[in-house]
Amino acid sequence: MPDQLLFGMEVFLNGLMAGVLYALVALGFVLIYKASGVFNYAQGVMALFAALTLVGIMEGQVPFAHLINATLGTEIHHFGWHLPGIVAILLTMGVMVLLAWAVNHFVMRHLVNQEPIILFMATIGLAYFMEGFGDLMWGSDIKKLDVGLPQGMSTVIDEVTYGWFGYGFFIDNLDIVATVIAALLVVALTIFSQYSKQGRALRAVADDHQAALSVGISLKFIWVLVWSIAGFVALVAGIMWGTKSGVQFSLSLIALKALPVLMLGGFTSIPGAIVGGLIIGVGEKLFEFIVGPMVGGATENWFAYVLALLFLVFRPQGLFGEKIIERV
Amino acid sequence: MNQISDEGYITADGRKIGAVMMEMKNITLRFGGVKAITDISFDIRQGEIRAIIGPNGAGKSSMLNVISGFYIPQEGEVWFHGKKRAPMRPFQVAQQGIARTFQNIALFEGMSVLDNVMTGRLTHMKSGMLSQAIWKGKAEREEVANREVVEKVIDFLEIQAIRKTPVARLPYGLKKRVELARALAAEPKLLLLDEPMAGMNVEEKEDMSRFILDVNDEFGTTIALIEHDMGVVMDLSDRVVVMDYGKKIGDGTPDEVRNNQNVIDAYLGVAHD
Ligand SMILES: Nc1ncnc2c1ncn2[C@@H]1O[C@H](COP(=O)(O)OP(=O)(O)O)[C@@H](O)[C@H]1O
Ligand SMILES: [Mg+2]
Repeated sequence: MPDQLLFGMEVFLNGLMAGVLYALVALGFVLIYKASGVFNYAQGVMALFAALTLVGIMEGQVPFAHLINATLGTEIHHFGWHLPGIVAILLTMGVMVLLAWAVNHFVMRHLVNQEPIILFMATIGLAYFMEGFGDLMWGSDIKKLDVGLPQGMSTVIDEVTYGWFGYGFFIDNLDIVATVIAALLVVALTIFSQYSKQGRALRAVADDHQAALSVGISLKFIWVLVWSIAGFVALVAGIMWGTKSGVQFSLSLIALKALPVLMLGGFTSIPGAIVGGLIIGVGEKLFEFIVGPMVGGATENWFAYVLALLFLVFRPQGLFGEKIIERV
Repeated sequence: MNQISDEGYITADGRKIGAVMMEMKNITLRFGGVKAITDISFDIRQGEIRAIIGPNGAGKSSMLNVISGFYIPQEGEVWFHGKKRAPMRPFQVAQQGIARTFQNIALFEGMSVLDNVMTGRLTHMKSGMLSQAIWKGKAEREEVANREVVEKVIDFLEIQAIRKTPVARLPYGLKKRVELARALAAEPKLLLLDEPMAGMNVEEKEDMSRFILDVNDEFGTTIALIEHDMGVVMDLSDRVVVMDYGKKIGDGTPDEVRNNQNVIDAYLGVAHD
């Protein structure tokens, strides 16, 4: 096989893996949007917040240490423990559920029946608040996150592909794990929503609030539930991204990549979020590989947005959305 | 009709009506400056078919919304099974065994008929998330039991043929029937129907009337319904509340109401659609 094609295949695979992360963040958006009509701008910051909290709990960091030390004149920073990854993940999930409850109790509950734009602006406020709050709680330095996921080049894939093509593909173990976990997550979410009582209720709320109330569903409970699930998805995305590039502010920017993903996939489609994420991931890597060298590179910064723009023009309902027909 | 005692009464067609199930006491409901309901009291008895009639904008739907918790009245009390009810959210009312349909149909348009009717069982599904994961057997038995009720309701309302059809594709008349099916699936103690026959043709109206009578007869379900069509109301109901401009202007058997001068002036005299 010609080298270019092999390189291309490798790029394609790496693109798929990157796309998985986009898909995860987009999934968080879709879940909340479907159930409550809220476009949650804070989804990316939630991933950052989750990752920060995870590192903090794992490393025994004292929350609000700066604040406490500044006001009390103390010098405490650490509890002096190191928790195993899985314990810290469970505790962080608890924090995300609390966060879901707080968001609903203090913000969303008061905005029921408001215009979508108002709800959207509330989540912008929420994003900035959480960003500052995360900083205050855990500090703003870049943190290393290691919950024990395998990292580095997959030697198995390297050897197998070398055996086949005489060229070893470079695929990161972490990307493989991320893909498997994301796939499991989607399967679990699908089973949950199709077969459990709460999943049924969730679909009902997503479809019609009034009807849902009339069959005995508490909207408040469902909203806390979806925000918790979105928090869980954010945590998973935060773990993957944080392990890869450290827990830092730029993590919240992946949310911006989720926007073009949503424009491709449609705002209400779970398969759309997945496929959209993969297309963007693969598209931007391949585009950079093929066209990048001709235009001086850095196409990854804008490719996704241009693709989304094209979709907005030619297929505004997204890949999986229903065709929008204006009623007159 | 015999005299109504505390225990109940026997209807003209010989059905036994029981004690008071739901009592509305001096209900007043305002929307800003608009008084939708002014100081209305009435009761609904066990096993009875109770109608609320009145011209458009009289406050009938508002009254149903008060009973089902969608509206909270500014004044007055709601008594259910002899207990005063604290202000409740609609989902809590549903959990007490009160099911309803809406004047403008509120179905889950994205789901099949079967799934829609299945949501009616939600108040009967006990298994929480954890127990579903751990006691798979128990959750499965529950699912089977719920499916049985749902299939019974589907047979009863003769919608077997459309059980897998997405609700969005159904014609209006069938949607109304599916909405009734969902309410029935909850096996409610009290069934509230807001204009169940509005917008239907004669044949569909006859079917719906038959279903309402059969539900009451076979399951003993107490029913409160709002209807515009006077003929239908007179045929179906045991007792009728008449509303006009948010006030109660009549209450009694269809015959009593028909001969009430206030009612004739306010409602029967007025041309209606
Ligand atoms: N949600 C609401 N907000 C404001 N006004 C309302 C609302 N619901 C009902 N109303 C008003 O209350 C009055 C009674 O309405 P409704 O109960 O729907 O009457 P009916 O069902 O008898 O036709 C009307 O004047 C209506 O405009
Ligand atoms: Mg009405």
